Amino acid sequence: MTILQIKNVTKNFDDSVVVDNISIDINQGEFFTLLGPSGCGKTTLLRMVAGLISPDSGRIFLDGKDITDLPPEKRPLHTIFQTYALFPHLSVFDNIAFPLKMAKWDKSRIVTQVEELLEDVQLVKFKNRFPHELSGGQKQRVAIARSLVDRPKLLLLDEPLSALDARLREHMHIELVKLQEETGVTFVYVTHDQQEALALSSRIAVLNGGKIEQLDVPTKVYSKPKTYFVADFLGKCNLIKAEVISTTNDAVTLKIAGYINLEVKCEYAANYKIGQKGWYSIRPEKIRLNREEVENTDLYRAQAKVLGYYYYGNDTLYEIELGDNLVLKVMLGNTKSVEPKFFNEETMVHMSFDPHAGSFIAEEL
Amino acid sequence: MQANKSSKLLILGGIFTFLFLYVPLILVILYSFNDSRIGISWVGFTLKWYKVLFADSQLMSAAVNSLIIAFVASFFSVILGTFAGVALHKYKVPLLSSLIMIPVAAPELLVGVALLLFFLLINFTLGYVSIVLAHIAFCTSFVTLAVKSRMVGIDNSIFDAARDLGANSFKSFYLVLIPSILPGIIAGGLMAFTLSIDDFVITFFTAGVGSTTLPLSIYSMIKMGVTPEVNAISTIIILFTLVITSLASKISPQLFK
Ligand SMILES: Nc1ncnc2c1ncn2[C@@H]1O[C@H](COP(=O)(O)OP(=O)(O)OP(=O)(O)O)[C@@H](O)[C@H]1O
Ligand SMILES: [Mg+2]
Repeated sequence: MTILQIKNVTKNFDDSVVVDNISIDINQGEFFTLLGPSGCGKTTLLRMVAGLISPDSGRIFLDGKDITDLPPEKRPLHTIFQTYALFPHLSVFDNIAFPLKMAKWDKSRIVTQVEELLEDVQLVKFKNRFPHELSGGQKQRVAIARSLVDRPKLLLLDEPLSALDARLREHMHIELVKLQEETGVTFVYVTHDQQEALALSSRIAVLNGGKIEQLDVPTKVYSKPKTYFVADFLGKCNLIKAEVISTTNDAVTLKIAGYINLEVKCEYAANYKIGQKGWYSIRPEKIRLNREEVENTDLYRAQAKVLGYYYYGNDTLYEIELGDNLVLKVMLGNTKSVEPKFFNEETMVHMSFDPHAGSFIAEEL
Repeated sequence: MQANKSSKLLILGGIFTFLFLYVPLILVILYSFNDSRIGISWVGFTLKWYKVLFADSQLMSAAVNSLIIAFVASFFSVILGTFAGVALHKYKVPLLSSLIMIPVAAPELLVGVALLLFFLLINFTLGYVSIVLAHIAFCTSFVTLAVKSRMVGIDNSIFDAARDLGANSFKSFYLVLIPSILPGIIAGGLMAFTLSIDDFVITFFTAGVGSTTLPLSIYSMIKMGVTPEVNAISTIIILFTLVITSLASKISPQLFK
């Protein structure tokens, strides 16, 4: 069931399009993420849903009701702002009670409800403190409690964890997912952190320049990027110039880097004409390196020279050179229990990958 | 060692500054209790200058005038200055922001003359009303500045959050905006009150004949020399200011952090 419908929404600031004719349907109970680089219009889109700015054109529906012209206080949804936006003159308790007071709840009901939320976010001990007496993580939890206390239909989160350190952020990921499952409130989450988006979301919309580049489940967005931008923005990716030389119903044969012919599975194979230019994208962790030659003939195999490597702890990134200045990134997991042995610079290695592990991205879809 | 040396220097500097600021005030307070009309030598403790002071009905009514003027002027300048400070922060009009500084930065003499000319031009009878109007005019600038600088330290998204959490624009104004800038408003109001109560120059130009305030009366008293009564009234003013500031910080201790 659709809870939030964004329909052809456009917003301009000073003659430049910031949100460009965006349409999204978000389902009840979803953890939906808007992912994109700085300045791509994520906050602007969120503020239009919250009613803090109004779109130039297009409509927004919540639970089937057109809310485009409602003021923010009349919309049954809340926002968690990047800076937490706690009221500095109110205690933790009064901050969390604020939306209930606005909705004119009974005093006694307010107390029980706020106490319950305080327990949910483990802040009972801090209820009489003021915001300036809290750490960043505690402030964040107050903001979350304050936004969930009256069970809104929708929670908008604008990069809520960006000010926290890496460990705390990971901890909050788990808490957020738990809270979302417990409350059943639909989350619309904004981030420019691709890892966070992949880990938390049921679906992701990748935004760029005010437009949606791709909207899909995390596994699809990561492994089958639809555009050059998506492939490049989400994690590390090898993007090699390619051209279609023949097509079948569900596969295309590509000429890659001008000299390698590969057959690649492709959903939209029928749409492509011979001569269609684009890129072959393959993630670094899909490529293997071996000291000896690999037997499997289903794989694409070649000799390569190691240019260098970067040790990341859990894995190691290699840069290898095939013929003709074709440089690829390769990610190998350090899964052995003993100290990892690296392929040193200048070593010749046998490289192999399954062509179907990559995908074809057409120029100008 | 280095740190020790510089912290000693800091303490010495602090002591010197305090002496520089407070020795004249302490002298005034001491001499208001000195049992001698003339001279600087200590004769003995007395309260008689205070008795003389409270018996001086002219001076007392001037003091009451000053208090009333200061209350009225700071009341209105707090209202005007709060709106102006919030508006200037929200809509960053470049020229207006510097124009509001003029009454603060310009010589008081100039402001006094300008106000006098203005009142004469519109044919306004000089008296207590013109004094109050003049005080509101310059006090508003100070309140505006205090409120504006408080606004700078506040995360603007709390006003969005207030709307988002169910407050209409009116409730967001008095439940979130006003309380969060209250320290600025109080500071501005106190500044306005103390500035108004001891203003001499601007009051001098806008008072006309027949109306008098405490600073004007003191001025006419010291034309005949600094008397112990002047010391006594100064002591009262000093204590009065002290009480106001400590009261204000007691009312809202956490606001003054
Ligand atoms: N009130 C405004 N007036 C003018 N331009 C604006 C306004 N708000 C946003 N913009 C512009 O719109 C563009 C998109 O801004 P937005 O805040 O939506 O980006 P974002 O995707 O949230 O970026 P970030 O990840 O940095 O928060 C930016 O170029 C920004 O400068
Ligand atoms: Mg943003």
